Amino acid sequence: MAVLRGLFGLWLLAQTTMSMATLNIEIIGAGENQIPIAIVPFGGDEKLAQSISEVVAGDLRRSGLFRLVDPAGKSPHEPAEVNYADWQVRGAEALAIGTVETQPNGRIEARFRLLDAVKETELAGQAVSASENQIRAIGHRIADLIYEKLTGDKGVFSTRIVYVNRQGKKFSLVVADSDGHNEQAVLTQNEPIMSPAWSPDGSHLAYVSFETGHAAVYVQSLYTNQRAVLANYPGSNSAPAWSPDGKQLAVVLTRDGSSQIYLVRPDGSGLRRLSFSGTIDTEPNFSPDGQYLLFTSDRGGSAQVYRMPVDGGAAQRMTFDEGTNFSPRHSPDGKSFVFSHLFKGKFYIAVRDFQTGQMSLLTEGGWEKRPSFAPNGKLILFASEARGRGILATVSSDGRVKQHMFTQSGDAREPMWGPYP
Amino acid sequence: MKKLVIGIVLVNLLAACASDPKKEPEAAAPKAATSKSEGTSAASQASAAKTEVDELNDPSSILAKRSVYYPFDVAVVQDEDKPVVQAHAKHLSGHANHKVRLEGNCDERGSNEYNLGLGQRRADGVKKMLELGGAKAGQLESVSYGEEKPRCSDHSEACWKQNRRTDLNYAK
Repeated sequence: MAVLRGLFGLWLLAQTTMSMATLNIEIIGAGENQIPIAIVPFGGDEKLAQSISEVVAGDLRRSGLFRLVDPAGKSPHEPAEVNYADWQVRGAEALAIGTVETQPNGRIEARFRLLDAVKETELAGQAVSASENQIRAIGHRIADLIYEKLTGDKGVFSTRIVYVNRQGKKFSLVVADSDGHNEQAVLTQNEPIMSPAWSPDGSHLAYVSFETGHAAVYVQSLYTNQRAVLANYPGSNSAPAWSPDGKQLAVVLTRDGSSQIYLVRPDGSGLRRLSFSGTIDTEPNFSPDGQYLLFTSDRGGSAQVYRMPVDGGAAQRMTFDEGTNFSPRHSPDGKSFVFSHLFKGKFYIAVRDFQTGQMSLLTEGGWEKRPSFAPNGKLILFASEARGRGILATVSSDGRVKQHMFTQSGDAREPMWGPYP
Repeated sequence: MKKLVIGIVLVNLLAACASDPKKEPEAAAPKAATSKSEGTSAASQASAAKTEVDELNDPSSILAKRSVYYPFDVAVVQDEDKPVVQAHAKHLSGHANHKVRLEGNCDERGSNEYNLGLGQRRADGVKKMLELGGAKAGQLESVSYGEEKPRCSDHSEACWKQNRRTDLNYAK
């Protein structure tokens, strides 16, 4: 056991290339206490275009919190077929079994059970169904249920991410599942796209586009793909951030001088200036209770993170360490914030606790920018670089598990984790 | 084999990053174009003396400089570039029909959004200087590309100093 623990403590590197993969994913490191779980291929799974149990296993493995136990040779699909001794000798503490069927109406239904292999009891059982082209969504849903049952935290496998893919002069705004699969370009053009931001209900994206020759902010529906201008004043319009209730956005405009923060309704009306510094104030981010904004400002001579009440009042500096700090975002519980810390030529992903004021670096440093929390607060998505390409990366909020996601081609930039579906 | 690879990388670096912008009048232009204009500079100088119409297109004129450069995280036009901006201001004040777009750019050391703000500050600084020199606001538009349109994309100071600039782009 000590040997095992030593092994998992090492920086492990596992590379997988999924079938139909749009992304190449590398996982580095492992959680402190990995839960050993066996995912038995579901009965009927092999007839589908995409194996559901494979999606479940992939999700759990990437979280870094699970160790997959090989079910080799054993394939129970019903509780009555389970011989618990088989799984206890393999060291499995949990076991997922199930069946998959195509229903007469063409929908795919998976019935799965999560079993406690030590106590020999059923922990959860549920039927999950979706249309034929959403097989992966079934797997993500099941992985979420398993994750929640075994860790006590809500899973984020069914959530989506957004990022910008740059290929030469071509820029695409891409929405994908949280594992990078199921990519959909919702906008493609030959001018830069920046700073995509999810509406709290996940129905809309606000982002910056240079299509008219300067930075302007647009809001686009992900249901209809219809888009509208949110802010297009002279100079630069940028850094959109939704309030938690979705009724307004903070944006950054230079129409009155240097970059300043304004509030505006999602239809572009009701513009109101919030900051009056005369320096660069940018990258606003609402606290989960909607009362405060974190933002980046160089009012003190170098870029640092500040906080101010949305209703007005003095801004307070939040970062004091050597180096400069950018792109702050609140954790979902509002107790800390994540940001990009530039020190001696390297960008690090860092978190700071509001109460203790303590900063912790979560990464080893490189070109690491624009971090955002997963909605359960357990993972942080950010832009990084590897092998000369812009990639997406995640790190667990304790810094132990890291993941690199390579898009098929081009540079992935400007990611943002979406809300719960 | 190793040497060959290094050789190729070096050549690529040279091609991608033209030499020090502060010493060469046309940092953006490829090397071939620079040597060509040197060869014909005597002729174009002669024609510039006769007709002032083409002053803007005269490669030997100070107006041929269409970029100003900055130190890291600085948006103030540097002393060595002030004559360039002042010359453009004078030209614009004498040619009310000419319009120029000021495009601020940054190196990649900062967040994309911070750099968008910094690039705008750079472009606005040039705009203000042009206005003080006699150009009218209606002739000028200032925008920022932040770090989104780097001229040179390596993680090196040789590249970064080319990316920290404001371009003066005349409308055709």
